[in-house]
Amino acid sequence: MSFQIDWKWIPRGIALGLLAFIIFGPLTNLILWAVAERWYFPHVLPLKYGFSFWANVFSPRGNAMASLGTSVLIAGLTVIVSLGLAIPAGYALARLRLPFRGLILLALLIPQAFPNLPVYVNIARIFYQYSLNGTILGVVLVHVTHGLVYAVWIATAAFSAIDRELEEAARSMGASALRGFWDVTLPIAAPGLLASAIFVFLESLDEFTGTYFVGAPDVTTLPLLLYTAGSGGNYQIASITALILLVPSIAFMFVVERFLRSDVLSKVGH
Amino acid sequence: MPIQLIGFLLVAPALAVVLLLFIVPLVSSVTGAFDVGGAFGFGNFTKALDLYSGDILFTLVIVLLSSALIGLFSVMIGGYLTLGTNARAVAILRWIYRWPLFIPFIVVGQILRTFLAKNGLMNNIFIELGLMTPAAAMSFLDWRGIVVAFVWKQTPFVTLLLAGAMASIDQSTIEAARNLGAKRVRILIEIVLPQVRQTLLVGLILSFVTMMSVLSVPLMINAQSPTMITANMAFRINAHGDYGVANALGLISLLMTSVAAIVYLRQTMREHSQ
Repeated sequence: MSFQIDWKWIPRGIALGLLAFIIFGPLTNLILWAVAERWYFPHVLPLKYGFSFWANVFSPRGNAMASLGTSVLIAGLTVIVSLGLAIPAGYALARLRLPFRGLILLALLIPQAFPNLPVYVNIARIFYQYSLNGTILGVVLVHVTHGLVYAVWIATAAFSAIDRELEEAARSMGASALRGFWDVTLPIAAPGLLASAIFVFLESLDEFTGTYFVGAPDVTTLPLLLYTAGSGGNYQIASITALILLVPSIAFMFVVERFLRSDVLSKVGH
Repeated sequence: MPIQLIGFLLVAPALAVVLLLFIVPLVSSVTGAFDVGGAFGFGNFTKALDLYSGDILFTLVIVLLSSALIGLFSVMIGGYLTLGTNARAVAILRWIYRWPLFIPFIVVGQILRTFLAKNGLMNNIFIELGLMTPAAAMSFLDWRGIVVAFVWKQTPFVTLLLAGAMASIDQSTIEAARNLGAKRVRILIEIVLPQVRQTLLVGLILSFVTMMSVLSVPLMINAQSPTMITANMAFRINAHGDYGVANALGLISLLMTSVAAIVYLRQTMREHSQ
């Protein structure tokens, strides 16, 4: 039995360690802030740990619970509207011979190709005329526009990846087009559509700029609460709010590949 | 009903939303930039350039520098994921690099604001390890903080696209070069990179546009001048209700990205027509 030391692990270890510090250092910092009761210079670590700020944030009178409720409501509505628009559009783009298909795809790409801040500024101005500013509906509409690009792309890819013959088999056995879609196509596309639903949900949950212009100060979502708490120097409240937003994002990062199989991913944008 | 009409009816609602809620406001941001008290004029631009020409340059430098660093790091990480010979090191790298992928910018801003501050955890750790004296500690919450935030958040996204493209290229050319004794860095630069150039370009352009739209990071990390024009736009509206100058700044940021956007859209169209 001989011990062979692989000297190459020294540079590898240093490089991976450095990367781990860059990625996990800031994340650890956030967790420390979320459970720190007292932490000030020059102490490297918090002086006292505890959950009194959590009790504050989650108390019935704390505004975090209300913001969480608003955020989840907006994100849920955004998913329903986005998928309601994206499923028919994605099916048509994947399956039917559309005139100007390239132009339609181009139009749907535009929200990705231009910075959206000047757009939000002017949406807020237009919404003001229709009294949509500061309403849940106004914020949902802004989030739908933002999420729609991804929803249509993923839905198109999910439908394109399905074998056309399965649908034709259903049709040849006498099923109507709608029935074939409902019983055959939709269940097979479901994992991809679910991934797109989760993605749109997260995008809406995390959205700041549009809500800042259209929703504030009447509609307070978690990102707006985080921003206000952070600007006020209340780093514990800001960190706890950030942690609430962080957990679903990281969970999605780990499961995304299970929903979006590589055959679907390879068709995104085609 | 002809199938083409059905198809159009299925796409129409989605198109209508993009048209009404994106393209119309986009056009009104352009017309609003030339609207000086109800008449056509360039007053908003002279005022914007007067007040913010430094910030416009600052924005461009930050976004270009961030894009360059994102490109460099994503090529390094993607290259090791593709060409790395040690399966365990590749697996560890694959597990670590993608954590920031879906973390929202507002959270990135909050995390780095406390981490990079003068008395933040990073400086404290360096001081504790003896790498730095307390007197040498300085705050990184200026242009460097913004660049760190952008690179930290966007590198995993570009790497994910790039590593996917690298994995799907023909392995036989890599093997052939390896058998001829070529070093891995040379294989990466001369064989792998030319084949994934377009994916890298698309990833970097999408990141460029994203960085030009982010408001939370400049507001949270460095809201004092010089700052990014996204923060200036928010300030013009919230403090002065000045839509003219805000739209002029918006049009300037549109011009900066439109160069990138045209390249991207042409690229996508070319891929579709294939």
